Amino acid sequence: MVEVVVFAVAAAACLVGAIGVVLSRNPVHAALMLVMTLFGIAVLFVAQQAHFIAAVQVIVYAGAIVVLFLFVIMLLGVDRATELSMGALPAQRWTAAAFGLGGAAVLIWLVAAVDRLFKGAKSLALETAGVTDAGAGSDPTDYVADVSALARSLFSDYVYAFELTSLLLIVAVIGTVILARRSGYGADGPRADQPGAGQYSGNASEAASTGTSSEAGQ
Amino acid sequence: MSGLEVVTSWYLVLGALLFIIGGTGLLVRRNPLIMLMCVELMLNGVNLSFIAFADRFGDVHGQTVVLFVLVVAAAEVVVGLGLVVAVLRASPRATADDLSALRG
Repeated sequence: MVEVVVFAVAAAACLVGAIGVVLSRNPVHAALMLVMTLFGIAVLFVAQQAHFIAAVQVIVYAGAIVVLFLFVIMLLGVDRATELSMGALPAQRWTAAAFGLGGAAVLIWLVAAVDRLFKGAKSLALETAGVTDAGAGSDPTDYVADVSALARSLFSDYVYAFELTSLLLIVAVIGTVILARRSGYGADGPRADQPGAGQYSGNASEAASTGTSSEAGQ
Repeated sequence: MSGLEVVTSWYLVLGALLFIIGGTGLLVRRNPLIMLMCVELMLNGVNLSFIAFADRFGDVHGQTVVLFVLVVAAAEVVVGLGLVVAVLRASPRATADDLSALRG
């Protein structure tokens, strides 16, 4: 019974946070609502024996990604209500409504269909495992989802994907560095100016002289 | 078992709802930062479904896939926020309609 209460509270937090992300006018409020959704999902991970994933979820999402969002919001000074008041594109609202309602209907219908499939698969798996008493509360399968099992899966079956992940992270870091300081394309040589100078105007020579002042005034 | 208990399809429905809310927000909103947050919502809905499958079938591979999704989401957010910073520094009022400025 306590699991039902945990699920209800966490799911309510997830849904309220998700709707808050979509509907809030202020980007800071949207980021904080995103934190609420992510914590709710972490609680649901714990409820499903995925403790390590829950810890990683909190550390990476709430600790890194949302902080990165907030940092960008504060850095750019776009924490104002801007854009919900402007007129929608023609057919944008209709497209969004059609996607929302139709997608929700299709996905929930799929879940219902797959759930019927699960009942057969679950009973089949238990039968081949020799387990006859399928207690509903306690899962009789030997599901040991601790960190060692996860690491064994990650470094044996998925080791090539893991290496590709490191390649992806390196490419992302290099690309972000190049995006963040594009100031080297001017006439003054690649590294003659300060980091961040030349971002506010397209003229490189003007940026080399006024870059520091405009950055301080930002 | 008497009474109510949590079944896997509840998690799947919740994941589907998160995916749909995120996708609708991605279509409705035009602030690029909030569009990135909506992409995160969609990814988290899918992650919840993976964990639900892993718990249902007693298979740890679902959790491994969720780890990969986390890494890809982190890389996506880093590159996306780099692009947003580059665009919004040039014009602070830019929305997603103005992203043709990426042509440089």
